[in-house]
Amino acid sequence: MSLPAYFFKRCLQALPLLLIISIMAFAMLKASPIDPLAAMRSNPSISQAAIDAEYRRLGLDKPNHEQYFIWLSNVMRGNLGMSSTGGQVADRLAAHAGNTLLLNVITLICTWAIALPAGVYAAVHRGRLLDKFFGLLTSIGMSMPAFLLAFLMLMVALATKLLPIGGMTSADFAQKDALGQMLDIAHHLVIPVTVLTFVSLASIQRQARSNLLDVLRADYVRTARAKGLPENRVIYKHALRNAVNPLITLLGFEFAALLSGAAITEMILSYPGLGRLTLEAVQTQDINLVMASLMLGAVMLVAGNLFADLLLKLTDPRITLD
Amino acid sequence: MAQAAKSKMRLIWRDKIARCALVMLGLLYGCALFADFLAPYPMEYSDPKMGNAPATLIHIWDDNADLCRPFVLASRQENDIATFKQVFKEIEGTEYPIKLLHKGEPYKLFGLIDADVHLFGVDSPARIYLFGGDMNGRDNFSRLFFGAQKSLTIGFLGLFIAFPIGIMYGGISGYLGGKADNAMMRFAEAVMSIPSFYLLIGLAAVLPLGMSSSERFALITLILSFISWPGLARVIRGMVLRIREEEFVQAARAVGLSEIKNVIIHVIPQTASYVVIAATLQVPNFILAESSLSLIGLGIQQPDASWGNMLQAAMDQPHELLNQPWLVAPGIMIFITILCFNSIGDVLRDVLDPKLAGNR
Repeated sequence: MSLPAYFFKRCLQALPLLLIISIMAFAMLKASPIDPLAAMRSNPSISQAAIDAEYRRLGLDKPNHEQYFIWLSNVMRGNLGMSSTGGQVADRLAAHAGNTLLLNVITLICTWAIALPAGVYAAVHRGRLLDKFFGLLTSIGMSMPAFLLAFLMLMVALATKLLPIGGMTSADFAQKDALGQMLDIAHHLVIPVTVLTFVSLASIQRQARSNLLDVLRADYVRTARAKGLPENRVIYKHALRNAVNPLITLLGFEFAALLSGAAITEMILSYPGLGRLTLEAVQTQDINLVMASLMLGAVMLVAGNLFADLLLKLTDPRITLD
Repeated sequence: MAQAAKSKMRLIWRDKIARCALVMLGLLYGCALFADFLAPYPMEYSDPKMGNAPATLIHIWDDNADLCRPFVLASRQENDIATFKQVFKEIEGTEYPIKLLHKGEPYKLFGLIDADVHLFGVDSPARIYLFGGDMNGRDNFSRLFFGAQKSLTIGFLGLFIAFPIGIMYGGISGYLGGKADNAMMRFAEAVMSIPSFYLLIGLAAVLPLGMSSSERFALITLILSFISWPGLARVIRGMVLRIREEEFVQAARAVGLSEIKNVIIHVIPQTASYVVIAATLQVPNFILAESSLSLIGLGIQQPDASWGNMLQAAMDQPHELLNQPWLVAPGIMIFITILCFNSIGDVLRDVLDPKLAGNR
């Protein structure tokens, strides 16, 4: 099957999955004691008639399954509803999801750029001091809660005064030129990216190391060495390319873990991402927003998995798609 | 069987790291169990005059700079006119020696036995707040012990709910096969496809307000279990499908054992070592999920202590982190606990499942 056809098929397969998720999320919120119109009711400038109209528009007088279909048809038409704090849900989501995506993509790049060489080094120089040091570091990384590291990094930032304390932009962000704005965001990204990279580094490094060790024992590596290839070529050309495949499968899982880890980090560092938005929505009992961000989180996860599968196909021509 | 289990226990005990981790966990759980006795103050004890107080200084030198019995001084709050900040000044004069087995605030040991002896303490009005006071003037150090009670038990309680569900779901799915299996796995995948922390927040938001703290604790445990069973169920199902085709199961089938009995008697027990390893590695996730939830204010609520909600103080006032570094102490306790469980899990995997041991 060709790549585009496979992509299309996977997207179609994801649809029922998303449908089940939406039913679950809807059932969950229906079970909650939250009144979706509470914010409107508490606003004295909104008349009772307007509230009643909204009540009927949401179909709150109808049974639950009909409400679900009303919600679903609204979503299909791109209408995610109003946020209780004002503004369209879709607009607020778009801004925050972009920030989360930025954070996660940079983290993924950093993680791989560090974990892969570290894993290769540790496998090739197995049992040496640096390998043991990496082992210790990954043990710490596996057990380190993202929020603790975020606090520790904040302490470093406070002590050195080199890094900003949370947020994504400085107060004078609007006055800067384009380059200044980019640098400002990069400056603010240092702490969250460091935290998330360190936390997700460990599993990739370990996996890379043990995969490469497995491959280095394979017959074809012995053959390559026997025919006199230089060690560099054996490792990077023959062994590594085969060791990387299982790692790419991991990428999908890692993306899922990253989304969750990023959420709590965003909250602590007041980074305006999806996690922080969801928390605010829950705290202000903003039903539409909670529902929409749950769905968006799921979509991002499914998309991440699909991306990993496509990447796997690109790196390993032996894999057949079906 | 018992013999084999014993020899495996010995193998684990022989590993230096695992032994350290086991001893450490034993200590932590001991601290949680005897929290009332070990902590100098009860969980809800508060001294309004000690709000945000710094850690109490312990003096070991007397006026002549000679070593003496450790003592503390009472302290008093003052407003610094220049900076408009609250400062705590020690009141010179009366010294309050630290007493072992000190008679302090009354409590009920294990919720049953009336007692008032604490491991150590000082006489009123002086206070010994080793990690300072929180916003309400409660002793952070004591609350670490009471927080341990919640944070450490929730991991195991969650296991007892999530694992039976996961094993049964996976077992049934693997047993039924075909369409039912397909549908059941799609549902499990759907639960797994919501990023767990978002699902956690969503579920926590559903909890009605105004519940008693024990009800809340129970519901949070349920929620944590709900998000963690699908992963296990999937693996168990895969194992069931594989083990069902093995010869000893086929032999049992050939002599006429019904399929359902076969799965229960022969197939499920084969997954035991995987389940034990997975359980050990799952406890940290429960602890982490509980503390994250409590940290953002959706989990265990004040005045109950949990390591997560104690960290809230650090989240609310990040600029105080350097002045009051003990605010992250609960986080470090969580880290140590998780480290112990992970180390034991790693060793357990090597011992129980040599195939998985990998390249160490």
